[in-house]
Formats: sequence, structure tokens, C-alpha cells
Amino acid sequence: MPGAVEIKSQKVADELKNALPSKLEVKRVSKTFEAKRGEKFLALDDVSLNVGEGEFVCLVGPSGCGKSTLLNLIAGLDKADSGEILTNGKPVSEPGRDRMMMFQEHALFPWLDVIGNVMFGLKLKPNLNDSERREVAKYYLHLVGLDRFLNSAIHELSGGMRQRVALARSLAPNPQILLMDEPFGALDALTRENLYGDLQRIWQQRKKTIVFVTHNIREAVCLGDRVILFSPNPGKIREEFKVELPRPRSINDPALSEVSSVITAALKCHLDAKGVME
Amino acid sequence: MKRDLKFLSGAVWPIAGFCVLIAVWECLVRAEIWSAIVLPSPLSVARYLWDSVLDGVWPFAVLTTLKRLVLGYAIGLMVGIPLGVLCARSKICRDTIGLLALGLQALPSVCWVPLAIIWFGMNEHAMLFVVLMGTVWSLLISTQHGVMNIPPIYIRAARTMGSKGLHTWIHVIMPAAFPSIVGGMKQGWAFAWRSLMAAEIYVSIAVMGLGQLLHYGRENMDMAQVVGIMLVVVVIGLLADKILFSPWERMLRKRWGLSQN
Ligand SMILES: Nc1ncnc2c1ncn2[C@@H]1O[C@H](COP(=O)(O)OP(=O)(O)OP(=O)(O)O)[C@@H](O)[C@H]1O
Ligand SMILES: [Mg+2]
Repeated sequence: MPGAVEIKSQKVADELKNALPSKLEVKRVSKTFEAKRGEKFLALDDVSLNVGEGEFVCLVGPSGCGKSTLLNLIAGLDKADSGEILTNGKPVSEPGRDRMMMFQEHALFPWLDVIGNVMFGLKLKPNLNDSERREVAKYYLHLVGLDRFLNSAIHELSGGMRQRVALARSLAPNPQILLMDEPFGALDALTRENLYGDLQRIWQQRKKTIVFVTHNIREAVCLGDRVILFSPNPGKIREEFKVELPRPRSINDPALSEVSSVITAALKCHLDAKGVME
Repeated sequence: MKRDLKFLSGAVWPIAGFCVLIAVWECLVRAEIWSAIVLPSPLSVARYLWDSVLDGVWPFAVLTTLKRLVLGYAIGLMVGIPLGVLCARSKICRDTIGLLALGLQALPSVCWVPLAIIWFGMNEHAMLFVVLMGTVWSLLISTQHGVMNIPPIYIRAARTMGSKGLHTWIHVIMPAAFPSIVGGMKQGWAFAWRSLMAAEIYVSIAVMGLGQLLHYGRENMDMAQVVGIMLVVVVIGLLADKILFSPWERMLRKRWGLSQN
């Protein structure tokens, strides 16, 4: 697939060079929310997590166990009560283009067309001019397979295509870490299957560190190098599993089912132990 | 070709309804229940409209009225939208200006006329003032609501991409609120139109707008003029809505993913 977009300018070529993937350390992070009537709700309790350079980590767990909260903290959209988060050894204090986030709802801007959305983050890069930004955006839209839809309006796209645009948009600023919060949760199985393949390809090609949140254990096993199991009340990491299946993986691979049934059993066990049943 | 047919078939019912209305009207006139002074015939109204096209009376009045309307409305936009944004941003503004707006919006704009006449006299300023009071509050409120109710995910997404402060306001918050601002503009226009008619009827000056024609029609007991001008007022209101605002609003709501279906 690469090579089909011809890159003319040296500056654009530099811009498109893979950013070195970054290491991510979450150190003893806790987060409470003020619930109704002033009660405190412990969403994350002393969570520690290390993600290696270029590693693909999936977080799974039942609703309300603080997965999105953790991603928001890593993104810098929210502040932890205690503990710290380091990327490449530097503490996270605010959002930055080294960490891009993809949400469950596509969060694309309907007043911009497809390429306008992808260029949004690039507009804030002062070293590029507009035609260079277009070239960069085109490169990423090609990467997600949307070359023919550069000037489409967002409402004209299917759910799967919207998530592809959202992926291109979060890749465009060339982040080192990609945070994905149930990005495929609202899509049908077939569309998702295509995206699993593409995401694995893009991850290998662009060498990103990825933290991927999902409810779906098969999805986690299909994508992740490691699957981290969370449990709620308070949100805690329970267990982690290394997935050592060869890539690219297909969601329909029977070997994959075996691994995911082990993880599912473990999750049930943790929930039963706490008396919480879904 | 097909589109033309569709357009025509869409116009069938409105035209049929209009014809029935005129027929009923004509029957009532023929029945002579009321005198011709009270109820003019459709033909006499048509003749009035036609004659005064020839001498330019009502087309000129339309122009005068629209000039006042556009000016007052434009000032309303320039004041109302920024104030709405300000109220959305600051709690203090919301609790002061915002509350005031909420109260004054409930005041029918014709209620401003006596005050305007005392403050400004029987002149253009008084009319502008009434139009402004008619538009500005509802615009302020819908802008404030639009800005405050934009999906927070837009702002979060923008922040991760490095947008903050003024940049977020210009490139995310205002565009996201745009459909509700246009909704407010549509409502503001309707209010401006109503308040201007009220103002023109009461402020009798030599430069005649539609409202003044209505007023003098009554003074001269010329019912053909009164009904004719009312028709003109209705048609202008309808055109403004159907051509100026509704298609635009519908397009925006669809594109922004806000339409119900
Ligand atoms: N802004 C907030 N204010 C109050 N409570 C919050 C807030 N954000 C999250 N919470 C609470 O923190 C807990 C964890 O929320 P979080 O969204 O991180 O869960 P999650 O694991 O992402 O769940 P899901 O799988 O449903 O997305 C939930 O119980 C939620 O009610
Ligand atoms: Mg979540």
C-alpha cells in the first residue's frame, strides 16, 4: 500500500518519518470522583502499568472499572489524585501531540470535511504550510484506505469509515503513543474485522505504542501483545496475560479463541470473588 | 424534468388551499353579510395592490420596511451573539445579563413602543430600538444555550490535538454551536419582523413602511389597503422563512448530525 502516495517535498517526508515509539509508565495512580451527595468514588486504586516501546496493550474489564479514566489521565485530559504518569521518563501534565486519543464516538468535526478533520491537528504545527499539511493528511487517509473520500462530509460516511477518519486524524500529528477507547465498540462485526487487520498493519508500519480499551476479550487477544484485566469497585488491575500468537492475527483463529476463553474464565473468577455479576 | 414535476406536485395543495380560501372569501362578500367597507372583495384588494404597484406605494414601503428590519436585525446580531458567548463563558454574566435577557425576552416587543417613543420621539431611531429589543434577547439566549450544550467530546478531542484557549473557541466551540445560533437567528428574525410591524403602526412618520400603510389604511377606512398590506406582510414573512432560514437550518442540522430522523 505505501508508495501509492507520492511525496515530493523533503519537509513532508521528514514529517512522515516514524516518530520513535515511546515508553509509558503509570506509577501507583489513584483517582477519585466526587459522586452525588459529596460521596467519594474510587475509580482507580493504586494502578501501576508499564508499556514498552512499540507495545500494543489492551485493557479489558467490565463497565465502570476505570479504563476510560486511566486513558484520560494518560492523555492529560484529567489529573490523577496521586501517583504519576511518565512518557519516555517525562511526567504528563497536559495533553500533548505525542499522545493522541481516539474515542468510542468518532468525535469528528462535522463542520469540516474528511481532509479538514485530519488536518485539524496539523494546523497547530507551525513548521508546515498548508499544502504540506494537505500532503501529510492525504498520506494518512491513504493509509486508512480513504483516498477517495478526501472531500466527503462526515455525515455521508458509514460508521466504519468515520472511525477510519478518526484513526487518520489521530495518526496525523505523528504521536508516539496512541490511546484508543473502545474505538470499534459501535461497529458491526464485519466492519470491525476489517479494521483489526488494518490496525495491526498500521501499528507495525508506523511503530506506535498503543493502549487499547475494549469490552471484547476476543478483540483484545486479537490485537494485543498483552491483555490487562481490570476489575471495578475500586478500579484495579487484577491480572495480565501475554498473547504470543503470530501476527497478523485473525479474529476467527481457533488458537485465539482458546486464549480468550482462558481470560474470560479469569475475569469471571475475579468478579465472582467480589460478588459482582454482570 | 422529474424534479420539476415533483416541485409542481408539491405546490398543488398550497395553491388549491389558497383558491378555496379566496372562493370562500368571495362568497362571503357576495352574501353581503357585512358591508363592503368592513369586508372588501378579493378583487378590490387585488386592484389596490396592482394600482399601488403602478404608483410605487407598497413596493417602496416594502423597501423602507426591509431597510429598517435589516439594519435593526444586523445590530441585534452584532450585540446578541457576542453577549450570548460572554454569558456562556462567565457565570457572573449568566447570572446578570443572562437573567435579564430571560426576563426581557418574555416581554412582547410591542411593549417597548411607548418607551421608545418617549426616549427617541416619532422617528427612525425609535423603530430601530424596538426591533433591536425584539431580537437581541432571544439571540443572546439561544447563542448561550448553543455554546453551553455543545458535545464536550469535541473540546476533548481538540485538546488532545493541541488546541486550547482562543483557538478552541474559534475553531471548535463556535462552529459546534453554529446550528443553534442559526436557530436563534431564525427566531430573532421572526421577532424582529413582528416588533417592526408594531413599531411602524405606532410611530407614524412620513417615510412610510408597511406598518404605516396599515395605520393610514385604517385612518382612511380603506379596507382594501389594510387587507392588501396584510397579505404583503404574510408573504414576506413566509418567503424569509422558506428561502432564508429553513433550508439553511435543515442543512446544518443534518450535517451536524442533529436531525431527529
Ligand atoms: N467525571 C466523572 N464524575 C464522576 N464519576 C465519574 C466521572 N467519570 C467517571 N466516573 C465514574 O468512574 C467510574 C469509572 O469510569 P470509567 O468511564 O473510567 O469506566 P470504564 O471502565 O471506561 O467503563 P466503560 O467500559 O463503561 O466505558 C465509573 O463508575 C464512573 O461512574
Ligand atoms: Mg469507558
